[in-house]
Amino acid sequence: MTSRYSAWNLLRGGFNGHRHWSPAWRTPQPQPHYDVVIIGGGGHGLATAYYLAKHHKLRVAVLEKAWIGGGNTGRNTTIVRSNYRLPVFQALLEKSLQLWEGLSAELNYNVMFSQRGALFLGHSDGDMTRLAERGDALRCAGIDAELLSRDAVAKLVPLLDMSDAARFPVAGGMIQRRGGTARHDAVAWGYARAADALGVDIIQQCEVTGFDIAGGRIAGVQTTRGAIGAATVGIVVAGNSGVLAGLAGLRLPVESHLLQAFVTEPVKPMIDTVIMSQSVHCYISQSDKGEIVLGGDPDHYPSYSQRGVPYRIEEVAGQAIGLVPALSKLRMLRCWSGITDMTCDGAPIIDATPIAGLHINGGWCYGGFKATPGSGWVFAEQLASGRVHPLAAPFRLDRFTTGAMHDEAAAGPMPQHR
Amino acid sequence: MLLIDCPYCGPRAQAEFTFERPVETIVPIDASTDEALERLYTRTNPRGTSAELWRHSQGCRAWLRIERDTVTHVIAAVAAWRSTP
Repeated sequence: MTSRYSAWNLLRGGFNGHRHWSPAWRTPQPQPHYDVVIIGGGGHGLATAYYLAKHHKLRVAVLEKAWIGGGNTGRNTTIVRSNYRLPVFQALLEKSLQLWEGLSAELNYNVMFSQRGALFLGHSDGDMTRLAERGDALRCAGIDAELLSRDAVAKLVPLLDMSDAARFPVAGGMIQRRGGTARHDAVAWGYARAADALGVDIIQQCEVTGFDIAGGRIAGVQTTRGAIGAATVGIVVAGNSGVLAGLAGLRLPVESHLLQAFVTEPVKPMIDTVIMSQSVHCYISQSDKGEIVLGGDPDHYPSYSQRGVPYRIEEVAGQAIGLVPALSKLRMLRCWSGITDMTCDGAPIIDATPIAGLHINGGWCYGGFKATPGSGWVFAEQLASGRVHPLAAPFRLDRFTTGAMHDEAAAGPMPQHR
Repeated sequence: MLLIDCPYCGPRAQAEFTFERPVETIVPIDASTDEALERLYTRTNPRGTSAELWRHSQGCRAWLRIERDTVTHVIAAVAAWRSTP
């Protein structure tokens, strides 16, 4: 039996009917005690477990109520980029992007990270001024950004409607060439497999139902599969952050809303970059299977239903067709929605809680997928040392009382206005 | 999608309405700083019954108090807003 993925082992399989592969991860029984328990088997939780086990050699368990990667990790538009406007986001997401660049080799698992470029469209002089200003800020921070003329955008994406009658006239754009997409499920599976190989117990169908707290200190968790002791517990549950925090008697600056995404039937390659318009709020890319992946605005009201509003489907389809008219010939294949944990400033929450040993990493709003490796990296350091990593320090909970919020969208303290 | 029974206009599609905020986050005019911060920046964020302030923004523009379930989307009550929640 072997677990190492390589061309040689693939070739070997050609001669033995591929019977030499071992399962990608074990199905362990929960142990009575771990050094660290991570609640939530999505990308962020599994990445945290991997870096914890790799850097600190701790006994770690990941508890997942359903199956790994079944929440927002499997429900996003798979876009990866680090070209944010505010320095605090740039630092954390650039660290994340650098980890993405070596991730397939690091995990010995092809996460299909494809640096096909992340293009922001500008539709007016005002948009172009805003993009130029953002690009300047990015280049000052050492992050790649390139301002594109209208002609350069037309050359890059020939299918864009550049006619005089275009519904969304294109004035130009800004591209981060190191940005792109990754295979979302593979990120969860890759981290799970690599963490498992380092001894992390990944326990699925194990829902946390309560916390054991003694003298203001965490002692463990109650689950549907019994009590599990741990001196350190990390909550990494995205849309259910408020529910888990509530079990510990905490209130967060978070509302859970829905964000939808859509795919069309698969077609031959037609769009080889990621097209984003922050004025129109439309996201278009093509998966390696050939489906056109579409995203748009969140649904703007609290819900845990994972069922989106139908008028958003119409809106996103209309926007996408307005930008790329050829998409009108395609049929929508699937739509789905994830529960996004929208914070009051649009920035994540990475902090210790008032209960000693209980930490939280959440509030990634609708931008968590691109942050997966970086989020795991900083949170692993925090769980091991008890101190918040410098890259995560701006995202502590006390920013809402001190007023030092990070409002990338400059939208004020309303979760639905991000 | 929700079907919201506006007390003035009758049942209308959710697309006509705008969610404003959970009732618990409304800040009373005489709130202390601590209470105002608590109400502005923390949420129960219930997985279940939620009392919320909505507006019939594309209809009669009335402010409405809606009680609904955030998982099943069942609406228990819609009422015209009164100044005391």
